[in-house]
Amino acid sequence: MAERRESKKKGAAKGPARDGATTEARSAAPTAPARLAVKKTYKLYLGGAFPRSESGRSYPVTSADGTHLANASLASRKDARDSVALARKAFGGWSGRTAYNRGQILYRVAEVMEGRHGQFADQLVAARGLTRAEADRIVSAAVDRWVYYAGWTDKFAQVIGGSNPVSGPYYNHSAPEPTGVVVVFAPQTAPLLGLTSVLAPVIATGNTAVVVASEAAPLPAVDLAEVLATSDVPGGVVNLLTGGVGELGPHLAAHADVNALDLAGTGDLATGFEETAATTLTRVLRPGPEADGGEDAWLDTDPGTTRMTPFLETKTVWHPVGV
Amino acid sequence: MIFEYAPAPESRSVVSLRETYDLFVDGEFTPASSGEYLTSLNPADEEKLAQVAVAGEADVDRAVAAARRAQETVWGRMSGAERGKYLFRIARIIQERSRELAVLETLDNGKPIKETRDVDLPLVAAHFFYYAGWADKLAHAGFGPDPRPLGVAAQVIPWNFPLLMLAWKIAPALATGNTVVLKPAETTPLTALVFAEICQEADLPPGVVNILTGAGETGRALVEHPGTDKVAFTGSTEVGRRIARAVAGTDKRLTLELGGKGANIVYDDAAIDQAVEGVVTGIFFNQGHVCCAGSRLLVQESIAAEFLPRLRARIEKLRLGDPLDKNTDIGAINSAAQLERVRALTDTADEEGVERWSPACDLPERGYWFAPTVLTGVGQSHRVAREEIFGPVLSVLTFRTPEEAVAKANNTAYGLSAGVWTEKGSRMLWTAERLRAGVIWSNTFNKFDPTSPFGGYKESGYGREGGRHGLEAYLG
Repeated sequence: MAERRESKKKGAAKGPARDGATTEARSAAPTAPARLAVKKTYKLYLGGAFPRSESGRSYPVTSADGTHLANASLASRKDARDSVALARKAFGGWSGRTAYNRGQILYRVAEVMEGRHGQFADQLVAARGLTRAEADRIVSAAVDRWVYYAGWTDKFAQVIGGSNPVSGPYYNHSAPEPTGVVVVFAPQTAPLLGLTSVLAPVIATGNTAVVVASEAAPLPAVDLAEVLATSDVPGGVVNLLTGGVGELGPHLAAHADVNALDLAGTGDLATGFEETAATTLTRVLRPGPEADGGEDAWLDTDPGTTRMTPFLETKTVWHPVGV
Repeated sequence: MIFEYAPAPESRSVVSLRETYDLFVDGEFTPASSGEYLTSLNPADEEKLAQVAVAGEADVDRAVAAARRAQETVWGRMSGAERGKYLFRIARIIQERSRELAVLETLDNGKPIKETRDVDLPLVAAHFFYYAGWADKLAHAGFGPDPRPLGVAAQVIPWNFPLLMLAWKIAPALATGNTVVLKPAETTPLTALVFAEICQEADLPPGVVNILTGAGETGRALVEHPGTDKVAFTGSTEVGRRIARAVAGTDKRLTLELGGKGANIVYDDAAIDQAVEGVVTGIFFNQGHVCCAGSRLLVQESIAAEFLPRLRARIEKLRLGDPLDKNTDIGAINSAAQLERVRALTDTADEEGVERWSPACDLPERGYWFAPTVLTGVGQSHRVAREEIFGPVLSVLTFRTPEEAVAKANNTAYGLSAGVWTEKGSRMLWTAERLRAGVIWSNTFNKFDPTSPFGGYKESGYGREGGRHGLEAYLG
């Protein structure tokens, strides 16, 4: 904004004021701003890169009041398949990192996001018609959510797992492990805090994710992907698809290399996806009461382990004790 | 030197079978509305044991209604301490009647008496004893300060560990304040019906436990009944998929404990005698009718030539025959249908060019029997390496490096169990960390305990049974 104001002054000094021109003056001669804003192309985020959809398709995204904001990539079935393959490829490395390291990286996400606070607030004002103050509160809560889960990475195993006092001379303990590749259907009406609230627990626990962003408000998700890309989150740990839940969902629900689904943003499609997932016994987290409640429904600052345990397996290891 | 064994049969006289058994609904034995019965056989000699009622949809309605009433008026309102005392009481009666139950289980199932007596029954009593103690401590279990029961649980169990699977289902459900409608397997309903008598003997309030006998249709009616809050199933992956589909879109909670194709990895530094023993236990325990059986032996190539002859020599010593004989190691296959499945799948090994070996072994003339079998030269794509046989058949594969062992072990749609045999601790932990399975037995196999969570990854199902983890499936 500062730059644009400056150019206005220059224009005023040299000749007729462009921005301050009367309606008649505009209709008389087409005008352009002194500096044309550079608009962002919103792309997918796959394997750490930002490609367009392989289909070459895009769809218009509008603000809460119907103004055109941008064209988002309209991801295809092949993009969905590619994203699962990339998430699978990243799983061994991400789940194999130390819990401490995953915590450091998630905290870094919060740091980088905090630096882009204004950008995210602008997006929410546009996408959801929030006031600036409301938007600021949601962005702050989203940043804090990353901090929250950064702290969980090296604690949930102790909270959930433990040693089992079996009746015999055996060492026996149970520990949680990530289930694998999780498809996250982000909440439709909570494109930033809702998305953060469902994605952060999935990757905090060592899973890798394929995210299907809010269909109507995908832009905050793409901005978040840029934060992830610059926060040492390895490529492929989070893969972002923008597009139709109805188009992408059936393929992801049926995909044999997907281990779990978070159906938060699937609305009426949830039951069909759950039925499809049954074929490969893919774990399913059904949409809860908060799924359609807008960003405010996700303000609980202490969701506990409720969004982590659905994406964890318990492994129990036995070994005899003896000399 | 060859030692001959004299017959040492356990007496059947501790069991007094009734000619017919009815459904156990609302604390009473009542006939099925259809008036239909099915026959439960002794798979070791094909003799009829008893007739049991076949429950239909009307009976399921009645049982679910009784369970709901009991949950809302009595069981859900009772203090945890009192609920726990009922479970302690049941555990004690099971201990008192354990020989009777062990013999009956062996008659109905065909598994050796030394297993029902020394494994199944002690674990059944221990499971009730364990969960009894949880009933008044649920607020400390890590599921919130005031965890609530779900309501009525529909439970369907298999024939391989009939009474033990009943215990795994009923004990945690009751401890958490739920009531149950349970369907035992078509071929092994008898110990569940004696358990119903035990519930009466313990003065358990009517409707808290309901037992519906029958076959697949009864099970389907039960898991699809809209009046329950929870479905728990142990059985085949195929039926598990159907149940998951049926439950989709409802508010019901679901736990599934399904099939497996467990790998038993033997490294070159393993204690060979112990590993041989563990591999034998891993696959021949309960005739291989074990979802977590170590049905794929992965032996390191450098020791395969030494290991396999010793394995065969050990298998030659196994005693197959009368399940009631205390010296019997391998009993009968549970049913004609299961014997046919084991035969059909094992025959694919011949078609696919796999080498097949069984010890010289006389099979009894009557009953359902299958000799212990070892398949060598098995490749990862062979059906006997991919599909669950659920019988005494071991598929042998080899590997060269630890990475290859892990890759082959994980190359399955299942993920229930795995074994690791090595004397090196760091290698054991490295391997256990990478195996995608719910239970890892290292330098042991097929060990179970009520405190130890059990359940699978991937297509072996979801949820855990046993331990603190086992409570989660029944709390809201």
